[in-house]
Amino acid sequence: MSRWDRFLDTFFNLKVMAKYLPDILSGVVLTIELALAVVITGLLAGLILALIRSVGIRPINWLIIFVVDVFRSLPPLVVIVLVYFGLPSAGFAPSAFVSTWMSLALVLMAFAEEIFWAGITSTPKGQWEASRSTGLSFSQTLLSVILPQALRLTIAPLTNRTIAITKGTALGTVVALHEILGMASSAVSNSYNPSPLMMGAAAYIVLFLPVVVAARWIESRFAWKR
Amino acid sequence: MPPIVSAKAIHKHFGTLHVLKGVDLDVAERELVFVIGPSGSGKSTLLRCLNRLEEPTSGSIVVDSIDMLSPRTDINHARQRIGMVFQSFNLYPHMTALGNVTLALRKVAGKSRAEADVLGRAALERVGLADRAHHRPAELSGGQQQRVAIARSIALEPRVMLFDEPTSALDPELVGSVLAVMRSLRESGMTMIVVSHEMGFARAAADRVVFMDHGLIVEQGPPAQIFESPGQERTRTFIGQIQRH
Repeated sequence: MSRWDRFLDTFFNLKVMAKYLPDILSGVVLTIELALAVVITGLLAGLILALIRSVGIRPINWLIIFVVDVFRSLPPLVVIVLVYFGLPSAGFAPSAFVSTWMSLALVLMAFAEEIFWAGITSTPKGQWEASRSTGLSFSQTLLSVILPQALRLTIAPLTNRTIAITKGTALGTVVALHEILGMASSAVSNSYNPSPLMMGAAAYIVLFLPVVVAARWIESRFAWKR
Repeated sequence: MPPIVSAKAIHKHFGTLHVLKGVDLDVAERELVFVIGPSGSGKSTLLRCLNRLEEPTSGSIVVDSIDMLSPRTDINHARQRIGMVFQSFNLYPHMTALGNVTLALRKVAGKSRAEADVLGRAALERVGLADRAHHRPAELSGGQQQRVAIARSIALEPRVMLFDEPTSALDPELVGSVLAVMRSLRESGMTMIVVSHEMGFARAAADRVVFMDHGLIVEQGPPAQIFESPGQERTRTFIGQIQRH
């Protein structure tokens, strides 16, 4: 067997790949479900926290800042481990899926809150004044005037951060979640061949490259001249 | 007839800074009052107190028989009657000219989108920009942006209009179009309080010129009197400085 054949046999073994393709595909489905759950709940929670923070009630804002700073400083892996192995002793035993989802959503929430908040505060004061001077209330101004402008400013950092954290679904393998990486590595152990890992890598690219491209499109779509 | 705007003993502190030191200002219906004074004299702050964009530290403000400082006053409702035009236009960049003009009509005055569009177009027509209804602010010149901002205010049919240095951010050749709109507003009988350095406009259009310095009204009177024979030394110095330019 030539070196090249040995390389192909090791990393791109078609027989092994065919055998474990269904496993990898089920991992893909689970990863998509998990990613969607994380993105939707994480961004929504972050936005809600940023909106609450803009009301400006000090004790509440201190609490928000504390929570956000904690989740921004903890590695997502640590959060997952804490939730999965720590919460059961507090009487709540979330599944591997729920643990990973909760953990990544909390981390995304923390970063998203900071990004939304930065967008809200960098919208010029004159926009508030113009809107309030025509009789719009605080919340009407926030939702109709400030937020649309803030969102536009936040799209680039937000999509970057969202992609980075969503890729963290792979961390679910430490709590035996059957997502892409989990499926791939157990297939590697069972087949004594790393080809499934290559399939896993390919699956991540197929999954996330369109998201990266879509993010780029959204950024250009939402840009307007100042 | 009682004044439509009546501000009494207005004080405003910013921390340790005493910006307004007891200002009284009454404005009659259909009157155009011009407020002049050196920068830092408190003229913009006074204007911004009238619609409570700034909260006065003490004093009383009544606009169109509404006690603006009473906690029982619905300030959002009251502000509909007081239009305000800003130095930096402050148009909403994510909306068209028509969108800028109709937002408060829909959200505050409770008009349907169709009604608001009709009123919004009429307001844009009044400032000569009916053909720019679907342009975004970035696609308009400074003068056009400021006229859209005026349309945004007059669409709500305010009883009083406040102008805070409306032409200061404009290139000289664009000032005329904004002043023309202000002049036609004046002719329509709008009560106006204008903070501005456009002395030519003040001479031609103002009923009364108010000179402020260091947080107080130093002197007021008809434009001819203030510009030609001011009674106070400080007024004379200020007028002299402006006219040298």
